[in-house]
Amino acid sequence: MSIQELENIATQVRRDIVRMVHGASSGHPGGSLGCTDLLVALYFQQMKLNNRKGRDGQLSFKMNGENEDIFFLSNGHISPVFYSTLSRRGYFSTEELGTFRQINSRVQGHPTTHEHLPGIRIASGSLGQGMSVAIGTALAKKLNKDERLVYILMGDGEQQEGQVWEAAQFAPHHEVDNLIAFIDLNGQQIDGSTKNVMDNRDLKAKYKAFGWDVIEESQGNDMESVIKVLRKAKRRTGKGKPIMILLNTEMGAGVDFMMGSHKWHGVAPNDEQLETALAQLDSTLEDY
Amino acid sequence: MKKYTYTETQDTRSGFGDGMTELGRTNPKVVTLCADLVGSLKTATFIKENPERFFQCGIAEANMMGIAAGLTIGGYIPFPTTFANFGSGRVYDQIRQSIAYSDKNVKIAVSHAGLTLGEDGATHQILEDIAMMRAMPNMTVINPCDYNQTKAATLAVAEHVGPVYLRFGRPKVPIFTDPNQKFEIGKAWHVNEGSDVTIIATGHLVWEAIQAGEVLAEKGISADIVNIHTIKPLDVDAILKSVRKTNCVVTCEEHQMNGGLGDAVAQVLARNYLAPQEYIAVDDSFGESGTPEALMKKYGLSSSDIVEKALKVIQRKQ
Repeated sequence: MSIQELENIATQVRRDIVRMVHGASSGHPGGSLGCTDLLVALYFQQMKLNNRKGRDGQLSFKMNGENEDIFFLSNGHISPVFYSTLSRRGYFSTEELGTFRQINSRVQGHPTTHEHLPGIRIASGSLGQGMSVAIGTALAKKLNKDERLVYILMGDGEQQEGQVWEAAQFAPHHEVDNLIAFIDLNGQQIDGSTKNVMDNRDLKAKYKAFGWDVIEESQGNDMESVIKVLRKAKRRTGKGKPIMILLNTEMGAGVDFMMGSHKWHGVAPNDEQLETALAQLDSTLEDY
Repeated sequence: MKKYTYTETQDTRSGFGDGMTELGRTNPKVVTLCADLVGSLKTATFIKENPERFFQCGIAEANMMGIAAGLTIGGYIPFPTTFANFGSGRVYDQIRQSIAYSDKNVKIAVSHAGLTLGEDGATHQILEDIAMMRAMPNMTVINPCDYNQTKAATLAVAEHVGPVYLRFGRPKVPIFTDPNQKFEIGKAWHVNEGSDVTIIATGHLVWEAIQAGEVLAEKGISADIVNIHTIKPLDVDAILKSVRKTNCVVTCEEHQMNGGLGDAVAQVLARNYLAPQEYIAVDDSFGESGTPEALMKKYGLSSSDIVEKALKVIQRKQ
């Protein structure tokens, strides 16, 4: 798939995100828009997935992800980008995106396995837990002699959770080198900038000191850069160290008035704001 | 009345360890994790025989629970192990989100539960874990009573699909259950037949209940003794069958009075069949340092306390 095609999908995913959050009158558009390019690059090009289709025409989903790459989302509040990407990739009907955060929906506020939505392998939302789960699954892949990789995305505010650092010390100690982690470095969290709320300081130095192979990517919203850094990271797996990609993104990327501040972390656009946002995002596939 | 005797004492955690040894040899999907307490959890043989199926997590229980959840995704049956204090309250949210809500096949196996942890004192004597774990949807809660039952429970939970909290203890206690028993999750064990008072007991309190039954028999009172090893799902039928016969009940547990086995039984009675109930449990307080025997006595969890409560609850029958 070409860069242009991936960018087109990303634009549609961004439309889905703002429409979902608008439709639910709640949700988290900022971080979702910031991580769109990463998720599209992973699911539409870089991850090896089982492409078999079921009777319903959707991708068949197996919880154990045998001989597939597996992605976990730890900062579960950016569920809109996860749901849209999974749906656009073919795991479930895009119509279902319209039920986001509604009663009796599989598309819950935060990702869950409870409603058996295809593509989701763990509940997330209470922060700091995803990397531990990803490490466990990476260990299972090693025990199973399955050579595929495990990816895990966390937020930068999430780095304030203690469990993250428990996991950070475990992975290098046990040489979990089939794991590629990302921190979405957008510098924002609910109460303001991470710098003001609780400064993460030098995450590169911290992870290096813990024994990780750390890669920095300054252009987390440029598809070509994202693809390049993913290729680079994959080449560095299997060498005894887990890989950490510090991915600089812009919260709200793609919608001008949502960028550059923490204000759109967890706020839904009103009708007028939705129109303004959609005017900046051409529909490349069909809206749900 | 059936007489129970014993020739040997052993800690319930050794029943767990020996169960794990057997699982290591018979079930290639069983793996174990530990947070720096391998000696206490008695898993050394499993680890020696299956080093690739053991993950030392260091003193980091939250991460251990998450890693266990992740291992299930690849088809494994993980037993994360630590003290009950660190495998429940300390990591409640991790268990809730990554294990119970996510419906992961994790067997949380914890030792040193309750007062009988002894000399280390209240910081380590968890007395709230049954309450916490039975409040959690999708969680099975088991508290076996001796070495044999703990070993059988360990084998049984590996076969069961779904999250389990398996709670056992530190001190050596009499071995009085059948070494060849088949452990059925959610099925009570009818320890002794009686008609005057029901005694429902779990964990270390089952032996105390049996002894209390003998003392009561000398006084001409026959106790119907029921062992509830699975606190959730609760064997409601067994409880009601017994209480319908005796019309009063004493519940016995090494746990807080609030939210434990006693409250689970009280809920059954309130909803189905009203009968007076007395509790053998710690009454809303923390423990302290001391020998297990001294603590059980001081906090009212010994067989003589059960006798006293049985006489009292019989008096309350109308």
